[in-house]
Amino acid sequence: MTDVKTRKGLTRRELLSRAVAAGATFVVGAGYVASTDAAWALETTAIKPETMATLIQMARDIYPHDHVADEYYAIAVKGYDSAEAAPAVEVGIAALNAAAMGKGYADYLSIGWERDRVDILRSIEDSAFFQQVRGGLVTGLYNQKAVWPLFGYEGESFSKGGYIDRGFDDINWL
Amino acid sequence: MAAPFDLNDDSVIVVIGTGAGGGVLSNELAQRGVSVVALEAGGRYLPEDYVNDEWESFGQLAWLDARTTSGDWRVAKDFSGLPAWIVKAVGGTTTHWAGASLRFQDHEWKAKTNYGPVQGANLLDWPIDGAEMAPWYDLAEKKLGVTRTNGIPGLPGCNNYKVFEAGAKALGYEEVHTGRMAINSEENDGRSACQQTGFCFQGCKWGAKWSAAYTDIPRGEATGNLEVRAKAHVQRIEHGADGRVNAVIYVDENGVEHKQMARAVCVAGNSFESPRLLLNSATEMYPDGLANSSGQVGRNYMRHLTGSVYGVFDKPVKMWRGTTMAGIMQDEARLDPSRGFVGGYELETLSLGLPFMAAFLDPGGWGREFTTALDSYENMAGMWIVGEDMPQETNRVTLNHDVKDQFGMPVANVHYSDHPNDRAMRDHAYKQGMAIYDAVGATRSFPTPPYPSTHNLGTNRMSENPRDGVVNRNGRTHDIENLFISDGSQFTTGAAENPTLTIVALAIRQAEHIAGELSRGAL
Repeated sequence: MTDVKTRKGLTRRELLSRAVAAGATFVVGAGYVASTDAAWALETTAIKPETMATLIQMARDIYPHDHVADEYYAIAVKGYDSAEAAPAVEVGIAALNAAAMGKGYADYLSIGWERDRVDILRSIEDSAFFQQVRGGLVTGLYNQKAVWPLFGYEGESFSKGGYIDRGFDDINWL
Repeated sequence: MAAPFDLNDDSVIVVIGTGAGGGVLSNELAQRGVSVVALEAGGRYLPEDYVNDEWESFGQLAWLDARTTSGDWRVAKDFSGLPAWIVKAVGGTTTHWAGASLRFQDHEWKAKTNYGPVQGANLLDWPIDGAEMAPWYDLAEKKLGVTRTNGIPGLPGCNNYKVFEAGAKALGYEEVHTGRMAINSEENDGRSACQQTGFCFQGCKWGAKWSAAYTDIPRGEATGNLEVRAKAHVQRIEHGADGRVNAVIYVDENGVEHKQMARAVCVAGNSFESPRLLLNSATEMYPDGLANSSGQVGRNYMRHLTGSVYGVFDKPVKMWRGTTMAGIMQDEARLDPSRGFVGGYELETLSLGLPFMAAFLDPGGWGREFTTALDSYENMAGMWIVGEDMPQETNRVTLNHDVKDQFGMPVANVHYSDHPNDRAMRDHAYKQGMAIYDAVGATRSFPTPPYPSTHNLGTNRMSENPRDGVVNRNGRTHDIENLFISDGSQFTTGAAENPTLTIVALAIRQAEHIAGELSRGAL
């Protein structure tokens, strides 16, 4: 079970009681990361839950959309929780945390301001790890059909007969 | 004899590729009673198979076999393994093209004469001109059902067009309309009218856009003179001791190699695969590849200027609704060196869905400068620049012997660097494009870099003198009298216009030539 929103069979209260805060946005427990309000949770098997929490934050900091919930970023990166991908991700996130510590922070997730986290990302943006995560997000985030309506994008229209009678020329402000 | 044809039948013409060049040529030959075997690397997809989903469709239709890139163009950095967005399917890139169908302007056939010396450019005049091509353009426009020709009305303007038109007219531009499009504005030729669905690039599910896949190909097959072999991946062309080509080696979908004998061979694999095939067919007699005594095979690669401009407004546009490219401003297509460059450019409306906008708006970009642009996706309008780029000998397709395809053949390396004239023209087009959107209240605009190329031209160029190019005025190679080039790679120069109509016109003309040669017993 790696689907976001699974709660390992735990109730919301149990989930939260077994977790500890990871930064301000996430909590992590044994084998899962969740939002602080337990609106969603993501089980991890191959990578550490703290690593997944950091990866989700990193994803948001690369492509920040304030009207797109963390859940979609979690979906975008959950594929890294595999035996093949995990070692490189652990190394990459460790390097990210090391860069944060080099600037005097406890770790990446503990940095409060986005601009300070982005400074850290800029310092590693030429790394293969950063480019892999960024490149993966281009499809991982923006090709989620559930994300499209958040941007107003309507996807296919053939099944509805196109826009010939549904507003292809409805612009009214010119 | 009627199709299907035997592998040992050496009376057939073998056409390699089934797009705007090869697909049309195959049908036009078949209509003239010529026996044709068309070998197509891709599979067959028809409107019911097309998918209105950008990435899924890309996986279905795009040519994704390995290629490599070099040069200073940004595509080599952003999309190093994907120099072109073209199609591997029966019908070729006519499934993907947007339908813009423009004739060359008369002066563009003679670029060397009319532009004068341009340092670093390998300009040359076409051996043919606008007057000679006019009747072939007439036939091509009829075949494609081009709007604003033959009494066919223009398409209605969609939201993206209306923004473009209002801005262009506010700047004083006059030649602004919904284009000459091979997309039905009314039912025509047994095909539906455009339903303003978007997704023109993903194959038209209505069949409203002309594509060889469901017009020329089945019509050619219906004559009994054309056999199309799909998923037949050509490896090399063979020749006899007399120097004439006589067979084509290909691998079928089961990985089995075949040898199809041929009376003549017409190469139409688009401007990367066509020169690659000639180069990969090198022998002791032709050590530099077939038809390459000039050394020009693979050289003078052109891709049109391209680049895009997107504008963000304070109110919705919903640019994805409706025909993708039905909008054009042609005032800047003229020759006017006072602008600081020779040649001209067209501005054409363009829209991308959210997934492709994320990939192409600013490849490699991230952070809030990037994401706040996408946050305004619904309020965005878009246009594409199509301008004449300079042919340069060093912009070229070569064999990369370090990288092999799934059959073990060296892949094409595509090298491209902008000429100073290209940069000057693109800067001018960016400025005018952004001014168009500013004129209707854009709050922000983006000069977006070129995407992987769809207009691939010039790597087997047409020349009067055999020293200057690869093929003669009929697309026949200067070196080998029964070997023809039938796609955009025969373009001597690129002009400012989308190339498909010219490729189709040349293919019809070449079919007439080949059929004539056959009837005279000269081939």
